[in-house]
Amino acid sequence: MSRTGGAPLTDESAEELTITLDGRTVVARTGELLIAAAERAGTYIPRFCYHPRMAPVGMCRMCLVEVDSPRGATLQPACFIPVADGMVVGTTSEKVKKAQDGVLEFLLANHPLDCPICDKGGECPLQDQTLAYGPGESRFVEEKRHFEKPIAISDLVLLDRERCIQCARCTRFASEVAGEAQIDFAGRGELVEVATFPTEPFSSYFSGNTVQICPVGALTATPYRFTARPWDLDQVESTCTTCSVGCRVAVQSSSNRLTRLLGIDSDPVNHGWLCDKGRFAYESVNGDEIDASPTEAALADVEVDVAPATAAQVVSLGVSRGQFMGEAHETGRFEHGRLVEPRVRKSGELVPVSWGEALAAAAAGLEGARDAGGPSAVAVIGGARLTNESAYAWAKLAKGIIGTDSVDAQLGDGLPAELVLGLPRATIDAACAAPLLITLAGDLREELPVLFLRLREAVTGSTSLIEMAPTPTALTALATASLPLRPGEAPLVARALCGDDAAVTELTTHPEGSAIDDAALNVARQALAGRPGGEGVVVVLGRPSYAESGDVVAEAARVLARALPGATFLPALRRGNVFGALDMGLAPGLLPGRVGLESGRQWFTAAWGAAPEATGLDTAAILSSMAGAAGVTALILLGADPLSDFPDRAAARQALSAGHFVVAVTGHPSESVDAYADVVLPCSVAHERPGTSTNIEGRVSRLGQKLTAPGFAWPDWMIATELAAALGADLGVSSANDLADELRVTAPAYFGLTPAVLHSSAAHDGILLPIGAGDAPRADVEPIDPIALPGVESVEQQGAPPRSGSAMGDGVVQDRIATLGSPPALLAGVPASEGGDGVHVPPADNYALRLVSTRRLYDAGSSVTGSPSLTPLVPPLVVRANPYDLDRLGATTGDQVRVRSARGDLVLPAQADDGVPRGAVAIDFNVPAGPEAPGNAVAILIDSRSPVTDVRLESVG
Amino acid sequence: MAITDAPKIVTARLGYTDSHTLERYLATGGYEGLRKALTMTPEAVAHEVDTASLLGRGGAGFPAGRKWSMLRKTAITYLVVNGDESEPATFKDHLLIERDPHQILEGVLISAYALQVTQAFIYLRGEFALGLERLQEAVNDAYAHGAVGADIFGSGFSLDVVVHPGAGAYICGEETALLESLEGKRGFPRIKPPFFPAVYGLYNEPTVVNNVETMANIPWIITNGGAAFAALGAGRSAGTRLFALAGHVRNPGTYELEMVKTTFRDLIYAPVLGGGITGGNTLKAFIPGGVSAPWFGPDKVDLPLGQDEVGEAGSMLGSGSVVVMDSSTCMVRAAWRITKFFARESCGQCTPCREGAGWLERIMYRIENGDGREEDLDLLMDLCDNISPGVAWPPQQTTICVLGPSIPSSIASGIRMFRDEFLVHVKDGGCPFD
Repeated sequence: MSRTGGAPLTDESAEELTITLDGRTVVARTGELLIAAAERAGTYIPRFCYHPRMAPVGMCRMCLVEVDSPRGATLQPACFIPVADGMVVGTTSEKVKKAQDGVLEFLLANHPLDCPICDKGGECPLQDQTLAYGPGESRFVEEKRHFEKPIAISDLVLLDRERCIQCARCTRFASEVAGEAQIDFAGRGELVEVATFPTEPFSSYFSGNTVQICPVGALTATPYRFTARPWDLDQVESTCTTCSVGCRVAVQSSSNRLTRLLGIDSDPVNHGWLCDKGRFAYESVNGDEIDASPTEAALADVEVDVAPATAAQVVSLGVSRGQFMGEAHETGRFEHGRLVEPRVRKSGELVPVSWGEALAAAAAGLEGARDAGGPSAVAVIGGARLTNESAYAWAKLAKGIIGTDSVDAQLGDGLPAELVLGLPRATIDAACAAPLLITLAGDLREELPVLFLRLREAVTGSTSLIEMAPTPTALTALATASLPLRPGEAPLVARALCGDDAAVTELTTHPEGSAIDDAALNVARQALAGRPGGEGVVVVLGRPSYAESGDVVAEAARVLARALPGATFLPALRRGNVFGALDMGLAPGLLPGRVGLESGRQWFTAAWGAAPEATGLDTAAILSSMAGAAGVTALILLGADPLSDFPDRAAARQALSAGHFVVAVTGHPSESVDAYADVVLPCSVAHERPGTSTNIEGRVSRLGQKLTAPGFAWPDWMIATELAAALGADLGVSSANDLADELRVTAPAYFGLTPAVLHSSAAHDGILLPIGAGDAPRADVEPIDPIALPGVESVEQQGAPPRSGSAMGDGVVQDRIATLGSPPALLAGVPASEGGDGVHVPPADNYALRLVSTRRLYDAGSSVTGSPSLTPLVPPLVVRANPYDLDRLGATTGDQVRVRSARGDLVLPAQADDGVPRGAVAIDFNVPAGPEAPGNAVAILIDSRSPVTDVRLESVG
Repeated sequence: MAITDAPKIVTARLGYTDSHTLERYLATGGYEGLRKALTMTPEAVAHEVDTASLLGRGGAGFPAGRKWSMLRKTAITYLVVNGDESEPATFKDHLLIERDPHQILEGVLISAYALQVTQAFIYLRGEFALGLERLQEAVNDAYAHGAVGADIFGSGFSLDVVVHPGAGAYICGEETALLESLEGKRGFPRIKPPFFPAVYGLYNEPTVVNNVETMANIPWIITNGGAAFAALGAGRSAGTRLFALAGHVRNPGTYELEMVKTTFRDLIYAPVLGGGITGGNTLKAFIPGGVSAPWFGPDKVDLPLGQDEVGEAGSMLGSGSVVVMDSSTCMVRAAWRITKFFARESCGQCTPCREGAGWLERIMYRIENGDGREEDLDLLMDLCDNISPGVAWPPQQTTICVLGPSIPSSIASGIRMFRDEFLVHVKDGGCPFD
C-alpha cells in the first residue's frame, strides 16, 4: 500500500464480502473503498477531495462516517479506508451528521460567499452540499482570509485562492495523472494555497482538467470565465474529434454559441480527462465576430493579445506567442472566422453565389475532367473531419458515382490504409494492460494527449515500455528502453530489436555511428525475449516524423508484425475521425467497412451499381499527378489544406498552381482554399452535426449536435447528395439517418450497428467494431465523479432516436444483405510493401543532417488558429540540433541559422538539444516561422520525393 | 512524597562544561552500554528495554519495548529519531541534544542493534543551530571512533546515521509528518490507519520512530539492566523523566525526576526545583504536559508525576512540559496565545484543524480585546466539539492527526475552569488584566 497508489475503482473480479451499512447488510468487494462500496449500495456519502481516478487523501473530512472498532465507533474518512468483512458502518448517526455539518461550516468560514458572481455558482458542489448537509446560517462573523485574486497560474487557468477549499484535487491531478507536478500547496494553516513554482508556470496540456474537477470556483478557465451561468447552458453528449482518441464530452452552449466542453468519464477511453486543445478549441467553431477590415495599427501592434482574432490573422496563420506576424489578407469574404456562403471564383476572386450556382459550377468542373480523362481524372483529398455518415456519402459519391479510387483522407501524414486496417488491432485498455508496450511514434503527449495519459498510467505501473522515437518524448523517462530513430532507420531499429544482429551492424555504418545505445538495446531485447512470439505485446504505431516517408514506418511495422505474430497494434494516426474515414473507404484501395477494393468490388457494385476498376492514388501521388502532365485534373478538398497539411509544401504548391479545377468543401478558410479553390462549398463542422465517429481502437461513438451551423453551411453528406444530383446521379439518401441505415448493411465492419445498439445504455463507452469483437460494454452510466460533471444526468442522448417499426428492422437488414450476395471479408494481415522489397533509404553522408519533424499540440491548424485562447500557446519555431552538430557549425543556442534542403530554406534560431541524435536536426511540424514562412514552415524544406529529407545548416550573416 | 535520590539517568553528565565532547563522554563511561549490547543478542537487548518498561518520552507515552517487539514480527528497515521538539514551553530534548549528543547517539546505536537496522535518521528541529552543530560533530567523532559506520567496534554490526534538520514546521514533530518531511515532501501527517510507521513508515518501509529522550535512556538501561530502571518510579511509569518547568516559578528549567514518586507540588514549590511562584502570587492553574494538554487547577497540584495518574485526572503528562500560571495571568489571553500557535502551525491539510484553528483564534482574540459576545462561549465549545467530538480527554478527533484535538484543550480548559473570567471580558468590553 502506498500513499500515492490506490485503486479507486471497484475491481469487479475481487472477492465479495459483506459489511453492515446503516443496519443493512451490503455486499462489497475486497480492496474497495468504503465510499465506493456505499455508493454502489445506494448510499451517497458527501465528499470534496475524493476522486475515483486518483489516490484518496482523506483531507476534506466531509466523508467522515462512524466505523465500529474494538475501541468503539470512531469517525473515519470513508474515502480512505477499504472495506473489511463484517465492518459495521453508520452514515446517518447524530455524531456523523454533526461532524459533516461541522466540516461544511468550517469550509465556509473562509470561503467568500460570492456565489452570484462566481462561475461555479449553480453547479457548485460546495453550494449543493451546503444546501443538503450544512447548517442554515453561518456563525462566522470574523474577517475572512484575503488573497490577491485572481492570479493567472497558466495561460488558460486562473486561481482564486480565497475560494479554494484545499482539497488537492488539482495538485493530485497534476502530479499523479499528468505527471507534471507544477502546482502544489504552499503555506501553512488557513493560508495554505495552491501555488506554482517561482520559475515554472503551470504549462500543462491538461490544465483544463483541474478546472473541471475543482469542487469550487477556485480554478476557472479563461475561455469560459464570466461567459455564462450554468443554468442557462444547454448540453449534449458527444465525442471530441480534435484528435482520434475519441474522448467523450458534454458539449455546452448558450444562444447557439459553444461555451464549454467537459470531459465525460468513459472507462475504456478517456477516464474523464481531456487535453486543453480538445477542451478549448470549440472557440474555432464559434468563430468570433470579426472586424472585416483590420487597421494597419491593429496588425502592427504585435505585443498586444488581440482577441478575438481577426480573419486576416486567422488566415495568415502567422501566429506565435500572442504575436500576429502575418501579412494582411483580403478579409471581406469571411464571416465569424468561418466560411458560411457558397462561393465561385470569378475573375480571380471568390464571390458569394447561391448553392445552386456553386453546385452547378462544381459539377461542371468535375464532369469536364471526367469526360476528358475518365473517372481517375477526379481525385479527393481529405475527409478525416467528417462524420462516419458523411464519409460514407462521399465515398459513395467518389467511388460509386464518379468512379475514382484516387481518394485519400490522409494527407501524406499517415500510414498505408490497408496496413492500418489489416494489422491485428489493440484497444487502449489492452495497451494499458499489456506487460510490454512498444511505441513507434512521435511524442504521444503532443499528438494524442489523452492516450498519453492512459499509457503513462500503465507505464508508471506494471507495463514495460520500449520506445522508438526520433527525439525524447514525455514517456522517455518512464521507458524501460529508449531506442532513438534517426530518419530512415526505423526498419533497421525494428530488426535490431527483434534480434537481427546484421541490422545492429548496419546501424553502425552511419558516419556518426549508431544512435542506439548497446545497453538499451540489450534491455529491450531481453524484455521482448520474455514474450515469445510477441504474445501480449502491444505496439502503438504512429508517425515518428513527418519529414520521412510513411513507407519507412510502415516497413518497420511489417518487421515487427512478422517477428511478433502474437502482438497487436494500436494505430496512432492523429486526425479527428481519420479512422472513420478509412473505415468508410476514403483511401485508395479501400471500400467502406474495412474492405479491400478487390475483395469488395463485387459487393459494392451490387450495392452501389458501380465501383472503381483500379486502385487509385494516395495524396502524394494525386498531387504529383496534378503537377505532372497527365492524370488528375480535378480535385475535391474535403476540409483539407494541402499547403499546410501535406508535408511537402513545394509539391502541394506545384499541384494546386497547375491550373486544375479545385472544389473545396470546408468550414474554415485556409491558404489552399483562398488561393486555389474554384468553388467553395461551406460545410458544418464539429458540434454542428449529429452522427458517429470512430476512434483509434475502431470504437464507434455518437456525435451530438449542439449548434445550428452558421450562414448557409450544410452538412457534408448533404453536399455530397446535392453534388451527386448536380452530376445527374442519385446518392439514394436524404438524411444522415438514411446513411446510417445504409452503411450498417453495406459496410461489413459496421454490420449490426443499429440505432438500438447505438442508443443502448451499453453504448455509453461507444461500440467496438466489428460487434462482438471487443470488450463487454459497461452498462453503468452514472458519472463516477459527480463533482467534475455537474448536471450530467441531464445530458441528452442526442442523435437519431431509436425507431420502432423501422423500415430497416432486423429482418429487412438480413434480406438486404442477402440481396447483395456474400459480404466480403474484412481486411486482415500484413500487406506487402508496394514494391515488395521494402523502402530504400539513401545512405547518410558526412555533411548533410537528416530532418526530423514532429507535431506539437498547439500548431497552425485551424482549431488552434481559430481559438484566440490557444493561439498564444503555439511555440516559437526553432531548429534543434545536437550540440556536437551545432559546434561543427560554430553556432550556439539562439543563433540564427539557415536550414537548406533541396526544396527550399528557412532561417530559424538554433537550439542545442542533446535529445536530437547526431546527424539529425529537428523542426516542429505545422508551426509558422514568421511572415516569411506562415503556416507549416517546415513543409518548405521537406522533400516528399525521397524517403528522407537531408538538410544543411549554414551560418547567417 | 518527596524528591527522591534516584540516579540521574539522562542528565548525569550535564555538570561538565564539555559534556558534549567525545572525550568527556568516553571519560564518563560513554559507549560502554553499546559495547555491552554488542556482546548480547539483539533479542536480549530488546528484552532488556522491554523489562525496563520505558515509556516513549515524546508525548504519547507508548512503551518503547513494545513498539520494538511489535515491529519485530516484520523486519524493520529504518530507525528514525524525533528531535523536532518545537512546542511552546517544551525544551527538554533541546538540552540533551546540545549538552549530551553522544548519549542520544549511543541510544540510537543500541536501539538499531536491537532492531537490526542499518540506517538511522535523526530529524532535528531546524532552529536548533547549536544542537545541529554539536550532534553532527558527535556523529562525525563517533564515526572516527568506530562507534558508527561499518563493523562497529569490530562486532560486525554496521549502522549509518544521518542528521537531518527540519525546516521550521511544528507539525513535522508528528511522526508521520516527520517521515514525509524526511522523504523530502511537504510535512502533511499520514492517515492512521493504515500509515502506522511500524507498517508503512519511511519510504513505505517498516520504521521505528522514537523520541530523543527515549534514546538517551537506552545506554543506562543496558549498562544497569532493565530491572534497575523498572525499579524506579511506579506502575507503568518507570524510571526518571525530564520535566521542563516554565511560567511563573522562581526557578524555571529542566529537571530529571523519578516518576510517580514526585508530585507537581514538589516540582513547582521545592526550593531545589521550581522554588515556588514568583512575586508572591498564588497558583492559578498549570499545564501538566505541554500546551496540547488540558489544564489543571491548584486542586491537582498533589498529583504524582506519573503517566497514568495524570491521564486518569483528565489530562496528560505529554511532553513533560509543565507551565505554571499564577494569579496575575489572564486565562483568556493564555488560551488565545496557545490557540494562535496552533492556528499558525496547523499544516492546513484537513479542514477542521485548518479552518477551525483560525476561527477559534479570531474569536479568542475578539474576546480578549473586548469585542466578545456571551454566545461566543458556546460557539467556542461547539467549534471545539467539531474538531474533537465530546471535547474530552483522551480526545476523539475529526482530523487526520492529533494536532486537531490539541487545539481545544486550552480553550475548553479556560472556559470550563474560568468561565467567569471570560464573561468579565465580554461584559467589561476588555481584558481586566490590562
